[in-house]
Amino acid sequence: MRSARSLAPFALLLAIAACEKKKPAEAAAPAGAAAPAAGAQVLLGHVGSLTGNEATFGDSTDKGIRLAVDEQNARGGVKGRQVAVKTYDDQGKQEEAALVTTRLVVEDRVSVLLGEVASKRSLAMAPIADKYQVPMVTPSSTNPKVTKDGDKVRPYVFRVCFIDPFQGTVMAKFARETLKLQKVAVLRDVGNDYSVGLADYFLVKFKELGGEIVDDQSYKAGDSDFKAQLTAIKRKKPEAIYVPGYYTEVALIARQTRELGLTVPLMGGDGWDSAKLYEISRGALEGSYFSNHYSPDDPSPRIVEFVRKYQARHGAVPDSLAAQGYDAARVAMEAMERAPDLSGPAIRDALAATKDFQGVTGVITIDADHNAVKPAVVLKVEGNGGKYVATVQP
Amino acid sequence: MSESLVELLQHLVNGLSVGTIYALIALGYTMVYGVLKLINFAHGDVYMVGAYAGFYLAEYVAPPGRAGQDGVAGVMLRALLVTAGAMAVCGLLGYLIERLAYRPLRSRPRITSLITAIGVSFLLEYGFQLQPWGFMPVPFPPGPSPRFFPELLPRADWSVGGVSISNYDVIGLAVALALMLALQFIVYRTRFGTAMRAVSFDPQVAGLMGIPVNRVISWTFVLGSALAAAAGILNAVPRPQINPLFGLMPGLKAFVAAVLGGIGSVPGAMVGGLALGLAEEFVAAYTVSSLKDAIAFTVLILVLLFRPEGLFGRVTVEKV
Repeated sequence: MRSARSLAPFALLLAIAACEKKKPAEAAAPAGAAAPAAGAQVLLGHVGSLTGNEATFGDSTDKGIRLAVDEQNARGGVKGRQVAVKTYDDQGKQEEAALVTTRLVVEDRVSVLLGEVASKRSLAMAPIADKYQVPMVTPSSTNPKVTKDGDKVRPYVFRVCFIDPFQGTVMAKFARETLKLQKVAVLRDVGNDYSVGLADYFLVKFKELGGEIVDDQSYKAGDSDFKAQLTAIKRKKPEAIYVPGYYTEVALIARQTRELGLTVPLMGGDGWDSAKLYEISRGALEGSYFSNHYSPDDPSPRIVEFVRKYQARHGAVPDSLAAQGYDAARVAMEAMERAPDLSGPAIRDALAATKDFQGVTGVITIDADHNAVKPAVVLKVEGNGGKYVATVQP
Repeated sequence: MSESLVELLQHLVNGLSVGTIYALIALGYTMVYGVLKLINFAHGDVYMVGAYAGFYLAEYVAPPGRAGQDGVAGVMLRALLVTAGAMAVCGLLGYLIERLAYRPLRSRPRITSLITAIGVSFLLEYGFQLQPWGFMPVPFPPGPSPRFFPELLPRADWSVGGVSISNYDVIGLAVALALMLALQFIVYRTRFGTAMRAVSFDPQVAGLMGIPVNRVISWTFVLGSALAAAAGILNAVPRPQINPLFGLMPGLKAFVAAVLGGIGSVPGAMVGGLALGLAEEFVAAYTVSSLKDAIAFTVLILVLLFRPEGLFGRVTVEKV
């Protein structure tokens, strides 16, 4: 009898917990489906890493988004209503990204989600966007899994950038055909979907083109000592090292590479693009190459115009993440303008129908897998910036 | 020298460089365990605070380029002051942690202190991730973004027969050894050391003999925390990225090092730390590099299975 009585409150608690857990899902499901009240502001939600190891990613993206939204508001907003942006910082943590995404959807009831830059955090957001039927546009997450869950395309998730099979191929081609490299080593971040994916696609393409991968080592984000891996790589005498990570670790890896007396260039992807890369690496990356979405040095008028506007507003040269954030916000707002109403499914259909949109980073057409098909550029590190080397078409 | 020998020696240099850090942190674990039989899980975070203390001292209190830092002597003096300052800050932190968190619970079951240690650890880790408070003269707390530790000494790399060694590696090893010898001297050759060993043997009886138990325990925390601060700076100079969570992993690994060497033993902590640094280096280099973190915990399991008293520990007989 005694045990039964002491169990009762537990059972009650459990029952309450079970009800509580279900509630937000039921209450919020119509939030995405139903249009917000007319006359009110249209709200965009941005999830970004404003602090943490990839702080410049979120910061640049947010600045790009705000520039796009201000321009749209000056033109009269979306459907005659002003657009506002709500940004939450996820500190570069997956669990935090999931938390603030739910908050944006359930509490703030945003019409469209923008973010994240890092694929692993976009992967934490994507199921939430699908569940609540709120369209999500990621500016710069290049891992294929972000928009495609196995064979199934995630209905509410889109991106305005190319994907890693293409980005990895670009660098492999560039290394093999332009730099004429024969032996390359790979050093990847094992805890990062982006890095692992990019390394895999690079590896396959580089071997296919007749090159040799002499070593494949790994590290983990947050590590500060990479000398064990680099010493092992040095012994294999590669002509370059492919390090598709994020800028903080890449810069530290570059310094330790030079400290060990290894002078070959490093190669990487768009995760390198940050002013911090040059600051932390202190010249250790001179002569290295990375693939990117765009180059601010590009003389084409649309880029010159964007760089001028961004500099006037924020006082800095926009990196590619800023340009991608700008494009993502514009694509989202253009779709909202075209959609018959501002409900989740209506915006989703309009986003899926995006065709030949003139973005700063290229012409954006959303394909069947919700990806944008765009060219990539290769930049060479010179001084404190990336110098344009080549454009590679898809 | 043949290439594989050069590679082997390079790994040896790298491994020792990391191992000295583990050894210095492990000393703090071992000393506290010795006197209180408490695993101070906040110790890894004291190491983190040490690196930050050095960072703030070097950036704001003694910024580079200030007068009196010219020449070799000035640079050395600044490095010394920053290190000593950080050790003092952490010594105070160690004292406060013991005084406020552990002492009120000392008569309670040991598990209470252990859980409190984890609480203190979280307090430091997440407290340091808050955004800076406006009223502080320096941006403190530092927030979650990593900071980059300033170069206290100009780096010099030498190549000895193909093996790269830097002045940081040499200084790090020398400072660590000097600190360990100093500690060994304090524990075995001074009155305080004798008191410490007496408290470790039996706190109640030591108290009856007139030994100020509370003061001895406080000083043990101060010493251990100061060593952790030294480790924080020796690590942050060559590997400059510091963030509020970076003490977690080294803290756990140093705990393994202390267990490996025999927890409670000062030379054991040194040997355990160096051995663990080397083991990690060789596993990462000659097998799969993603196993680097796994090796520490594999070592822990093996030690606990086959030699729970560690390399230098004494077998204690449980009296029933």
